[in-house]
Amino acid sequence: MVENQRWLDYLAHAVLICGVLLVAFPVYIAVIASTHEPSAFVTGTIPLLPGANVVDSYAGVFEGGVSSQMSVPIGVMLQNSMIMALAIAFGKIVISILSAFAIVYFRFPFRVLAFWMIFITLMLPVEVRIVPTFEVISNLNMLNSYTGLTVPLMASATATFLFRQVFLTIPDELMEAARIDGAGPMKFFRDILLPMSQTNIAALFVILFIYGWNQYLWPILVTTDDSYQTIVAGIKRMADVVDSEPNWNYIMSVTVLAMLPPVLVVIFMQRLFVKGLVDSEK
Amino acid sequence: MQTKRTIFGNKGLPYLLLAPQLAVTIIFFLWPAAQAVRQSFLREDAFGLSSSFVGLRNYTRLFDNPEYLNAIKVTVVFSISTVVLALGVSLILALAVDRMIRSGRAYTTLLVWPYAVAPAVAGILWWFIFNPTIGIMPYILENLFGYDWNHSLTPNDAMILVVVAAAWKQISYNFLFFVAGLQSIPTSLREAAAIDGAGPVKRFWTITLPLLSPTTFFLLVVNVVYTLFETFAVIDATTEGGPAQATNILVYKVFRDGFVGLDFGSSAAQSVILMGLVIVLTVIQFRFVERRVTY
Repeated sequence: MVENQRWLDYLAHAVLICGVLLVAFPVYIAVIASTHEPSAFVTGTIPLLPGANVVDSYAGVFEGGVSSQMSVPIGVMLQNSMIMALAIAFGKIVISILSAFAIVYFRFPFRVLAFWMIFITLMLPVEVRIVPTFEVISNLNMLNSYTGLTVPLMASATATFLFRQVFLTIPDELMEAARIDGAGPMKFFRDILLPMSQTNIAALFVILFIYGWNQYLWPILVTTDDSYQTIVAGIKRMADVVDSEPNWNYIMSVTVLAMLPPVLVVIFMQRLFVKGLVDSEK
Repeated sequence: MQTKRTIFGNKGLPYLLLAPQLAVTIIFFLWPAAQAVRQSFLREDAFGLSSSFVGLRNYTRLFDNPEYLNAIKVTVVFSISTVVLALGVSLILALAVDRMIRSGRAYTTLLVWPYAVAPAVAGILWWFIFNPTIGIMPYILENLFGYDWNHSLTPNDAMILVVVAAAWKQISYNFLFFVAGLQSIPTSLREAAAIDGAGPVKRFWTITLPLLSPTTFFLLVVNVVYTLFETFAVIDATTEGGPAQATNILVYKVFRDGFVGLDFGSSAAQSVILMGLVIVLTVIQFRFVERRVTY
């Protein structure tokens, strides 16, 4: 604190309170909307105070078949999202930590080439190669499968760089000592590198879980079968038929359920989350 | 490239370790990218039975196409507005948190969680708030300013809607990095300026902002990439590029032309142009990161 100016403190508090309200406002509206009965949305404006229809709204979306808007019960979509998020996070970490290990602790022909090939993935987000990627997936018969949903998203340059950075800071003496004691590469990896990168793995896991859960374009491309629908991609389909019969309470219940898991992860693992975010951008 | 002083001598093992990563990269990244480049020089007939080499025709056709030029314009407006809004709001919030001694952490927790909200969900949330018949914002706009909001008819309204939704989602990310950037500015500098008689506003412009420029620049690149690509979900979940192409950004057009229009040559040419754009942005980002490390 440079100087003690009361009015600046008040101003800062006022700004922050406005900020918090701004950030929370849309979510508040969604939660409130999910607690009303469908008739509350027919006329007037969105209600701003909680209603009494919580149980019906949420029970309705879990049972599925709510008025033509959802053919799949929400439980299946939540399960698909969970599978997708966990598989992507887990797969990315395993694949990246192995390749970082290879790049840092071995010297072999084409090492630099391999590094650059991994680097290039950074420059090719799904969005810019939509059609040809879709063709590859359909040629490999991976449409409507969990493999199709997860495996193609597992390559990760950022995670590889992160682990490379971590390994480079681990003292050389550890590896020399392990070799003198007769440990082979995989034993060294399992008994020394893995335990030493635990926090980084956990932090990265938090970020990647959110990344996987929030995927939107990919599930839309790869799944046509409702039983593989993820919740984030599923909301859109519900909202599409809205013009005919706006069951806003159901749509908002699904929206709330779609953001709940990643938001809880951020709130309860804030330290790891911030670490993961900062680490993976370096 | 850096390795360890001592290394393991195995010959085959490193290839085995790299195999999964490289397999995924080649099959799902490099191969499709190469296909996009190839297709961008071809033109398929209406039934997809045969294709012929057309050289740069797909590209020249794009730049003669008013719809594509419109998409470029829309993307520029959308990107700039979203980036300015997201960076501006988060910088103000970060400056305020930086003044707090005890309550900083609590405010941070309350501000960071929207990072976890999917862009598609952010779109749906704002779409509901701005719903022309029952939304709360159109109600306020109509009664306070007499403005008749309708994003399904008025192009400007649709643009404002997607900008607000996209920026809202990005505030928490920018905020975290701005707070970290502000904390790394030595207090002694600001104290010295205060002793020399510089007020809070002057200190912000002459000390805080210049010293924050590495963070700002980094965030600028990240945010531009975000608005160019990840906002696909925001657009698709809300306006679907309409009304009258008013929110049809480049990424969305690649998708529509490819999957709805089935014009693969044109879609591939657009993909290649976007790849070029990402490559430029990535190079900028990495040159900058290298410089930051030597600080």
